[in-house]
Amino acid sequence: MSTLSEPPKASFRLSQLIYDTRYRSLTIQVIASILIALGLAWLINNTIVNLDNLGKDIKFDFLGSQAGYDINQRLIEYDSQDTHARAAIVGILNTLLVAFLGCIAATIIGVTAGVLRLSKNWLISKLMTVYVEGFRNVPLLLWILLIFALMTEGMPQPRDFRGDEPAATMSLGDNVAVTNRGIYIPRIGFNNSIGAEAAEPVSDGEDTPPPGSSGVDWLLVLGVLFASFFGQRYVKQRADGIQEDTGLRPTTWYLRLGILIIPTAIVMFVLGAQVVSPYLKGFNFTEGVHLRNSLIALWFALSLYTGAFIAEIVRSGIMAVSKGQSEAAFALGMRPNWTMNLVILPQALRVIIPPLISQYLNLTKNSSLALAVGYMDVRSTLGGITINQTGRELEGMLLLGLFYLVLSLLISGVMNIYNNSVKLQER
Amino acid sequence: MSDTHAQTVAYVRDTMLAESAPPLAEKGAVKWFRENLFSSPVNVLLTIVSLFVLFLVLRLVLPWLTNAVWDANSLSECREILAAKGLGSHDGACLAVIKDRWHQLMFGFYPSHLYWRPVLAFVLFLVAIMPVLFSWVPRQALYLTAAAPFLGYWLVWGGSIWGIVFVALAIVIGYAVFRALEGVNGILATVGAILVPIIYLLYAAGPLAGQVNDILPIGIEAVKSNQLGGFTLAIIIGLAGIVLSLPLGILLALGRQSDLFIIKTFSVIFIEVIRGVPLIVWLFTASLLLNYFLPPGTNFDLVLRVIIMVTLFSAAYIAEVVRGGLAALPTGQYEAADALGLDYPKSMRLIVLPQALKISIPGIVNTFIGLFKDTTLVVFIGLSDPIGFTNLIRANTDWNGIYWELFGFVGLVFFILCFSMGRYSLWLERQLQREHR
Repeated sequence: MSTLSEPPKASFRLSQLIYDTRYRSLTIQVIASILIALGLAWLINNTIVNLDNLGKDIKFDFLGSQAGYDINQRLIEYDSQDTHARAAIVGILNTLLVAFLGCIAATIIGVTAGVLRLSKNWLISKLMTVYVEGFRNVPLLLWILLIFALMTEGMPQPRDFRGDEPAATMSLGDNVAVTNRGIYIPRIGFNNSIGAEAAEPVSDGEDTPPPGSSGVDWLLVLGVLFASFFGQRYVKQRADGIQEDTGLRPTTWYLRLGILIIPTAIVMFVLGAQVVSPYLKGFNFTEGVHLRNSLIALWFALSLYTGAFIAEIVRSGIMAVSKGQSEAAFALGMRPNWTMNLVILPQALRVIIPPLISQYLNLTKNSSLALAVGYMDVRSTLGGITINQTGRELEGMLLLGLFYLVLSLLISGVMNIYNNSVKLQER
Repeated sequence: MSDTHAQTVAYVRDTMLAESAPPLAEKGAVKWFRENLFSSPVNVLLTIVSLFVLFLVLRLVLPWLTNAVWDANSLSECREILAAKGLGSHDGACLAVIKDRWHQLMFGFYPSHLYWRPVLAFVLFLVAIMPVLFSWVPRQALYLTAAAPFLGYWLVWGGSIWGIVFVALAIVIGYAVFRALEGVNGILATVGAILVPIIYLLYAAGPLAGQVNDILPIGIEAVKSNQLGGFTLAIIIGLAGIVLSLPLGILLALGRQSDLFIIKTFSVIFIEVIRGVPLIVWLFTASLLLNYFLPPGTNFDLVLRVIIMVTLFSAAYIAEVVRGGLAALPTGQYEAADALGLDYPKSMRLIVLPQALKISIPGIVNTFIGLFKDTTLVVFIGLSDPIGFTNLIRANTDWNGIYWELFGFVGLVFFILCFSMGRYSLWLERQLQREHR
């Protein structure tokens, strides 16, 4: 007869910390945390001692003091009397501006190149391969500097546009001037602007100055555009509903187009919208929007470079959808563009979007190369001139790093939310 | 029945007809053109547009290259030569700038009588990397690979040979400690193999090397870091970063996948912080702030600081790539390793990592290519890499106003190096492919 004996009452022995898998992970973690804490303490202690030796401290009050430098491109009001904090915000906005423009252009370029690379046309797919490989294998900095040099040294000076037989002429019907100081493009002014001061005729018989515009005008226009976008979406959803119920789809394209265009057009008309083209005044162009060389170089180089990566992402995404899917769609009698829109793209997007967003993130971080061409982004203001003027490199770099980190984490957070919403629902 | 057939039918062919030639439009070049260039109206349009673009580009580039001037000392001289041929200043390339500044672009300010040293180091590297890249090279060559980083460092920087000998000894010591303690306990052996060499490097290696050098001075002319430049510098930083970041990246990836909470948290924070901030900010941190974090009075080489920062930066990216590989591996592989009774290091080394790394080869090589391209950013903290030299040359009165030729050349060299890395990874992927498709 067997008896169930109690397992030997093991007392805890020290060697269990190493040999027993139940305790070993604890040991390793305790050792690791001690080492990490020691390392951190060493770094912090060094920093404190070093700061002490230099007679410095860590304070962020330099942000409130007067900046004293100018920023040539600003999206909000700023002059050299303003604070370092405001200079940093101007820089942040400039970073976000070039990142935003770059993301849009890179997406357009990348999607086009990626789709064309899959084209059956041998010539165009080879051309796109050359573009993709050429841009992917050459440093971005080189492209930025090359485009900047091309703009500043290869383009005509504004004074070349002068005279009866000018050496250079404006393109697109006298609307766009490409000069070595940058590109001047037309802007839209409002004759009946709400916010801006009305254009007053100048007394000595010169031309009346062109109409201005204000934030309120644009807010109004964009608001109406936004609202009409949702309006046309409502019409589409209603049509979808009717199709679900009856199987017949009402024709709505003219209604949707009208909803999209007419209200905005009316608002623009009421405000007295007018295209204001740049024109020569003295030795330089005036009016219109001045896109500086630094912005152009950074924008184009970032878009072309990131576009090459996006092209590869789009190509691999579309190729990831198995051939059976498109064959099944054709077997159901779908036309090619329906197949693309309803079958292939929804599946390809699931593969494309996550790396696409990480490319946007890369583009945003790469915009810190602005330094090479003197574009005043956050690294050049907060991380550059402010640090040089105040000698607060520790605090400045900390804030700069924090800005980029928060931006990255925000974008990754958005990406995770998206990923969760589109991931395959597994049973 | 079958024999009736012969009588009922007047004629039966008893030999096969010879195959007739396919229609003209269905063979050879015509078929290829029809299928690949003119298969639909859209494709016809695309073909015409691309031919037109190609024509525009080639019409500009080909004469520019064929009219290139190779012998001139300045841009103005080059333009005079072009003008003498009856060409405008933009109708021919001034490739003379590359000939004129070749040594600067390649070696920076390296002493000209010592150019053979970086060249030899580069050749040594090419030989040493062979056994890593190709499996047909005899395995004994791996000893050369192990020695190559030390020899290469000594060749480029020069100085006494004993310094690197005693640094290399640290690895031998670490290995000896590991073998000695392995029988006692695995963790202890690992900790010992890490700590003893570090202590040795910090306290013993320097004085020992100095003393031996006093007795037996063997050395070559020392070269300072600030004399390095051009592609030499870019390749040194790129290579050092690549060699050092791979093991670190793998460790970080394992840390992030580990069950140990503290190690996992630490890895995640490290990876996300490094990846969240642009490299350029890290490089500025290295040049502006590193002195704050080190004991007072420490001041070490800028190139070394850059290498450390580049290594940490790309290690974080490699960690993410390897993590993808680890996650892509079926759980069955992990479980099989456990079922065989392998402990963690063995299961990782023998089962998991070989497969995970194979999956992540494309990503790892892409990270390396990115790292190599990113070495150009060192220009912002005052090192003279190829881009730094293009700026210097363009600032010089002789070559002021030249850009296509210089940027084109630098871009071409980067393209060749990065493109061949990419091609190698594709080749390796095919070599390692095991499943039959």
